[in-house]
Amino acid sequence: MTREQRIAYAFAFPALAILGLVVLFPFGYNVVISLSNMGMKHFWNWRITGFQQYWSVFSEGIFYSTLAKTLIWTAINVFFHVVIGVSLALLLNRPLPGRAVIRTLLVLPWAVPQYITALTWRGMFHYEYGAVNLVLDRVFGLQGVAWLSQPVSTFAACLITNIWLGFPFMMIVALGGLQSIPAELYEAAVVDGASRWQRLWRITIPLLRPVLVPAISLGVIWTFNNFNVIWLVSNGGRPSDQVHILVSYVYRAAFNLYRFGYAAALSMVIFGILLLFSIRFIKGTKGTEAVY
Amino acid sequence: MHHKDPPWMTVAIYAVLLIFVAFSVYPVLRVVTVSLRPGDQLHSRSLSIIPEHATFASYVTLFTKTNFLRWLMNSAIVSFFVTLVGVCLASTAGYSISRFSFPGRRAAMISLITTQMFPATMLLLPMFLLLRSLHLWNTFGGLIIIYSATALPFCIWTMKGYYDTIPSSLEEAAAIDGCGPVSAFRLVVLPLALPALVITALFSFMAAWSEYLVAAVVLSDKRLYTLPLGLKQFQSNFSTEWGLYSAGALIVAIPVMVLFLSLSKWLVGGLTLGSVKG
Repeated sequence: MTREQRIAYAFAFPALAILGLVVLFPFGYNVVISLSNMGMKHFWNWRITGFQQYWSVFSEGIFYSTLAKTLIWTAINVFFHVVIGVSLALLLNRPLPGRAVIRTLLVLPWAVPQYITALTWRGMFHYEYGAVNLVLDRVFGLQGVAWLSQPVSTFAACLITNIWLGFPFMMIVALGGLQSIPAELYEAAVVDGASRWQRLWRITIPLLRPVLVPAISLGVIWTFNNFNVIWLVSNGGRPSDQVHILVSYVYRAAFNLYRFGYAAALSMVIFGILLLFSIRFIKGTKGTEAVY
Repeated sequence: MHHKDPPWMTVAIYAVLLIFVAFSVYPVLRVVTVSLRPGDQLHSRSLSIIPEHATFASYVTLFTKTNFLRWLMNSAIVSFFVTLVGVCLASTAGYSISRFSFPGRRAAMISLITTQMFPATMLLLPMFLLLRSLHLWNTFGGLIIIYSATALPFCIWTMKGYYDTIPSSLEEAAAIDGCGPVSAFRLVVLPLALPALVITALFSFMAAWSEYLVAAVVLSDKRLYTLPLGLKQFQSNFSTEWGLYSAGALIVAIPVMVLFLSLSKWLVGGLTLGSVKG
């Protein structure tokens, strides 16, 4: 080993050691648990039972229904994050008095700690005293909804909460992207007689792609993994234990139902899904980089 | 770069923007309102921003009759140590990855990114069992170790990205002047990397200050509760303490919000760069 390499390892060692202890080792441990029968009955005297837990994951219907909910959850959230975020960025990307203030106020939802957002919105969805129903009633003259008493409406409440906290990120990313598009392109397009609409779809959106693609992939991973909103707004999956996405169901299986082996195997499956998605996405990003 | 909009369009743009401003600000204002309500109006169907007979009674009760101060102290202790560990480890590891080439460098970088794809709840169970066997379960030590490690990948990336912009000729000059590598790092590079150190510190702090899930698994003793667990308690029963919850939530969230708003530009830079550059 050269002297330089020794120095490099010495600098990197403390961080890598703690990451090894807290991330790498538990990850390996999780693999072992996923191959074992660890659970309430076999907490200390567990043994390796092979792929039995993975079999349970794939043979129980709850996996498929929860996966479907997770995909719907991710798709709806990311769709609204991107549409709202990009639209607001387009509106803000012009000389406008008060622009800085508006921008700051629009970033506010992202700045609130996530658990506070979730607990606050849970309160706002209260049937009688919650702000959501009061606004529906007083401002729009609509009948209130018993948000937290049915699985579907609770799921909708979680969605609204998460859309609220997620659009500012996309907005900031899109604003950054917009500012890097050279003005000459628009001037040339105007000279060629391109309409506003054509400039949007032919110049702005294609040139935003390289910035938005990594942001969207990050957004998908975050949303897919968002335990806090689902768990805290629905208060642990209530009503009738139906409001779950995969990550919250893992928590429930491990810490409420004590199915440790099963929860570990389910975690591995989720990790596999996310890894496949990310590899595909990184490859896709490289592909688009070549175009521009 | 922008061509002047017709007046009707400017009006329309303001209208749309203001609707969304209302959407993003209203929930925060609502918390302010509820925190100012007198005790007999907590179940009120009023929508006014400043409630009738507004009072700071909830804040007084929060500090005198609940464990809020203890939670605040606990969160402050945990966050302080997480920040300290985060800054020390990220500044050195980021330097190593930025400046040196060594076997395992690429693997280390890829693993840092991979950790971001772990399901949020995957490592909880093995960490819980690990902490129990190390006798760190239900201690601040256990919580601090886990928080430090979860914030580290992002912080290392930020530090590495910043070191990349500092020319290595500075260290070469220091070496000619007789500086060893460690003192060149400490005396020449580190002071120049101050902005990145600040971001790393604030990010680590916010990560620890606002975390609920890991704390819920690691801490069981109520005297050790951090702010997220404490505030959740106000809500856990059928009779939610809305006034206390709102007052507490504001006190906890406002410093973080101010920090965050002043930092958002750099946070986005770090996040998107980290994900693009393999």
